[in-house]
This record gives sequence, structure tokens and C-alpha cells, in this order.
Amino acid sequence: MFGYILRRLAVAIPTLLLLIVFSFLLMHAAPGGPFTQERALPPQVLANLEAKYGLDDPLWRQIFDYVWRIVTDFDFGPSFVYPDRTVNQIIAAGFPVTLTYGLLSFLLAVLVGVTLGAAAAIRQNSWLDYLAVGISIGAQVLPNFVMAPILVLVFTLILGWLPGGGWSFSDPSFWIMPVIALGTSYMASIARITRSSMLEVLGSNHIRTARAKGLPPRKIIMRHALKPALLPVISFLGPCFVSMITGSVVIDMYFSTGGIGKSFVDSALNRDYAVMMGITILVGALTILFSLLVDILYAWIDPKIRY
Amino acid sequence: MALLDIKDLNVTFATNDGEVHAVNGINLSLERGETLGIVGESGSGKSQLAFAVMGLLARNGRATGSVSFDGQQILNAPLKTLNRIRAEHIAMIFQDPMTSLNPYMRVSDQMAESLMLHHGLSKSAAVADAIRMLDAVRIPDAAGRARLYPHEFSGGMRQRVMIAMALLCQPEVLIADEPTTALDVTVQAQIMALLAELQAELGMAMILITHDLGVVAGSCERVAVMYGGRIREEGPTGPIFADPTHPYTKGLLAAIPRVDQKGDRLSAIPGSPPNMSNPPPGCAFCPRCDFALECCATERPVLTGFAPGRTRSCHVAIDTVRAGIPDTEQETAP
Repeated sequence: MFGYILRRLAVAIPTLLLLIVFSFLLMHAAPGGPFTQERALPPQVLANLEAKYGLDDPLWRQIFDYVWRIVTDFDFGPSFVYPDRTVNQIIAAGFPVTLTYGLLSFLLAVLVGVTLGAAAAIRQNSWLDYLAVGISIGAQVLPNFVMAPILVLVFTLILGWLPGGGWSFSDPSFWIMPVIALGTSYMASIARITRSSMLEVLGSNHIRTARAKGLPPRKIIMRHALKPALLPVISFLGPCFVSMITGSVVIDMYFSTGGIGKSFVDSALNRDYAVMMGITILVGALTILFSLLVDILYAWIDPKIRY
Repeated sequence: MALLDIKDLNVTFATNDGEVHAVNGINLSLERGETLGIVGESGSGKSQLAFAVMGLLARNGRATGSVSFDGQQILNAPLKTLNRIRAEHIAMIFQDPMTSLNPYMRVSDQMAESLMLHHGLSKSAAVADAIRMLDAVRIPDAAGRARLYPHEFSGGMRQRVMIAMALLCQPEVLIADEPTTALDVTVQAQIMALLAELQAELGMAMILITHDLGVVAGSCERVAVMYGGRIREEGPTGPIFADPTHPYTKGLLAAIPRVDQKGDRLSAIPGSPPNMSNPPPGCAFCPRCDFALECCATERPVLTGFAPGRTRSCHVAIDTVRAGIPDTEQETAP
């Protein structure tokens, strides 16, 4: 197991390198650049700017320098668009916000989703089941860009209970709407997956054996059904977790939370190569890390899996 | 009073295609220490009969009638009552040892569970008992193996684990639902021998559900032959094998291949089992029966006694069945 983790981590490095090279090539293949403006800059100015940021070097050289600076100084370079800010600063400012509401939405989605899905499966075809299925379908068909304005309308404009936007680490009232808007559709998916896999597990032979032992229903669920029923949920949680903690453009836009989701979209629109690369690498690294965590979790739950 | 008394048991399943009548009006009783075989082909309702007794029917299943254990009504009893009976008084082993154990739990943990529940043992005492029982079902290195997961055992070993688990609480009745169907022939014999030995040792009664007449002949004192959810013939094993009085029993016995008789073809009962969502009004076996009379298609035969301890449900006279079918009819069959 330990050897397996080391091997996976070793593979992560070339994977990240490949990610960097491909993103770099794609970024440069797109027409335009960070200094393309409606009124073209004088050629001399443009040449000086490109020289300053190393854009006049051949591409392989740029990639090499970029990776080298990351490895030696953990420096992701200066922003091309905001000359006074580095990529590290932009991520350091936005990521904690994203991480906070992302983590909270994740917890909400998992706790409510699993409980709802499991309860629906255990009481299949009861009013509880129909309610849970209704809620999860409702939450699924309401995308967050519809959910967010509805929340603002109800809780800010009509009831006036919650601030309609902005962010504060000290005041949780700013967190509530972003967390709900981001979490509900994931919660719905988790509930659906949990329900169907729980139904399958409850119909399996080993559950019948557990019933034949005279175990009370609660013990059957907790000791025999929950673990196998959660396996498909866990494989969904890995990618879901990463996309939640790396932010959502929609949330950042509607609630002006200032997370990295907005920085990412801005960087793409402005051709801010450095910021784009920085966030891409962050998401890539987290994805690799969490898919490894999912695999470890799998092996912990299912004794048949041995690495 | 019989230990287990089944009276007029019916099991129906609500499906999208209508009600399926899996078990119809079964009467059976089991004395202490006795072994009763229930024989029939797939779909004859024999497993559902056992599930109904244990209260393990699928959600869409409904059982009516009466099942009493030691005088206590257990059919459709509240879950609490049922859970006190399960494993502690009536235990069950299942057809498929590959999937009937929890793949995510150590064998020792799944075994200890029922002892902790029913006998209030501590975890360590329960595990110690479990290991002793694994040893009794001849699992080598029981202490070491108990810590393993089910997938680390072979099919035969897993069925031994199932047996050990079922016997842990020393039940008065063991229901074995095709315990050897999924196993190799050589392992089958070992498992049956083991079951017989443990049964004698613990003095428990057993209901052995099987389609394998060889298994019945070797281990059961009494047999009930089921077809279409009903009992067709019941009685002591020896006389039934020597002198089958129901065309279906006769067909089953004839279908056993014999090495001591030369023949080109294996004998089979023609046709297929009845559709139990729309059972025929008369005898369910009528369309496949060589002896069928005119009344068989419309009138349902009643189970009646004809000799001490023996009953049959068939319109055809016993002597006609005994005499067998004219050869010409077999030849002209397509």
C-alpha cells in the first residue's frame, strides 16, 4: 500500500509536466496575446514588453524557464495584466475564500445527500422516498446560475436576512448563500447515487444473510449495507470535491465572493498566461491528489482491492 | 406437537405482470431432530417456502396461512419476535455461498455478530466460539482463517463458513436451501456428510431444499415433492423412491442418469414448468403428464393419504402410474 502511494506520487510529476506543456501549447496556439489591444501598441513597446516577460523566447525555452522557476523558487511568475501582483499573490488571496465555501458546500452535499439517498432507499416507495427523489430532481434541474438569483431574490431582496454579495471570513452570513447555491446540485447527484446503490445493496444476498441472523434493521444498515452502498458515491466524490474547492465562476460572479473561479475566467479573457497556468496547475495537482485519496479510501473499504 | 408446523401457507408476489402464486396451500410439519427433504425443479416454490418461514420474502412478497414454531406463531409476526427466532432457533444457509457472506467484513466479525446479539457474549468470547465452530466444520487453521475476508476462501470453504455461522447459536431447526448446488460434486459430498454429522451431534431438525434426488436419498427421512407451488407427493424417503405414485415423482426419478443401464438418450420430463402468474385451473403438471386424464386440465387434485405416512395429489389411479406408460406413446412423442 505504502509503495503504491509512492508510485502514484511519482507518476504525478510527469503527469503535471504533461499538463503544463499541453496547456502552454494550447494557450499560445490561440490567436492574440496578453498585450493585444483594440488600439495596437507601437511595435517597439510591444517588443520590449514581450522581452520583459520572455515571450520572445522560443516556446520550449519559455516552458523550461517556467517549470524551472516553479521547481527552484515555487514562483509562478508575475501576472501579465496586473503588473504589481504575482500569481502566487492572486491565488493566495482567492483560494482561501474558494476553499471555505467549497469545503462547506461539499460537507453539506455529502451529509444531506447521503442521508437523503439512504433514507429514501430504506423506505422505498414511501412518502419519504418520493419526497427525497422530488427534492433531488428539483435540485438537479435548478442549475446554480438559476439558484443563485432566486436565493438573492428571496433572502436578500424580499426577506432581507442575508447580504446579497461580498465575502467576510468573520461573518458566516456571507457564506450561506454561496454554500447553498454551489452545494445543492451536487447534493442531488449524491442523493441519487446513494439511493440507487443502497437499493441494490439492500437486495443483495449478504443482506438477506444478515436478516436471517436476526439483526435489527439499524444494525443491518450501519454494519452491512452502508459501506458497500457508499463505494459508487466515493468514486463520484473525488472529482466532485476538486471542482467544488477550486471554485465556481457562477458563485464568484453572483455573490462577488472574490474566489479563484473568477480569477480563472478573467485570466482566460485577458490572456493572462501566468494566472491561467497557475490555476490550471493548482486544479491539476488537486485532481491527482484526490483521485489518489479516493483509491486509498476504496482499498480501505473494499478488502478485495489490494494494490 | 410438531416443532415446526406449516399450515395452508400461500406466497404471492405482486409483479407488473400481475400476481404470481409461488406457493399454494402447503401443509408440512417437522419433528425435533427430523430431516425433511423438499424436492422440486427450479421455480417450484421450494425456496420461497423457506423464505416465507424465515420472514425473508422480497418486498413485493406476501405470505398467508400459518407457521408456528414450538407453538408460537411466526408467520407475519412482528420483526422483534421474528428476530428472536432467527438464527437462535431457526437458522438458514443459502444456495450461493459466493454472495451470501458479506464481502466487506472479516469472517470472524460476521460470525461473532449473531452470538453477541443472541447470547450477549463479548466480542472476544464470540470470536473464540466462532473459531471453535470453524474448526468443527473442518476449516484448517481456523484461528488464522477467521481473520480473512470471504473472497479469500474457496466456494466449498465459504459454504462451510456459512454452515458454521448458522450453527453458532445451536438452532433447533436448520433450513438448508440448496446448500450444495453451487459446489463441485466432490465438495458436495463432503458438505452433505458434514451437515449430517453436525445435525446428529447437535440433535437439530433440518429442512433440506434441493433438486438433487441423490442428496435426498442420502440424508432425508421424509420427502415432499413440490411442483407448481404445491406438494404432489409426500412420505418416507425409502418408499417414495422405491414406489413413486405421482407421475412427476416418477419422471424425476427416471431423469436421473444411470451408469448401469445402457441407453442413447438421457430421459427428461417434456415441456417446461407452469407460468405461476397464470396457473392452469386443474393440475399444474397436466400439460407435461403422460398419464393425464380428461379431468386433469380442469379439476385440481387434492392431497390425500393412501398409505401410512404417505400422501399424493393426482387423479390418475396409483396402479396406472405404477404400471408405467405404454412404449408406443414415448416413441411418437415429437
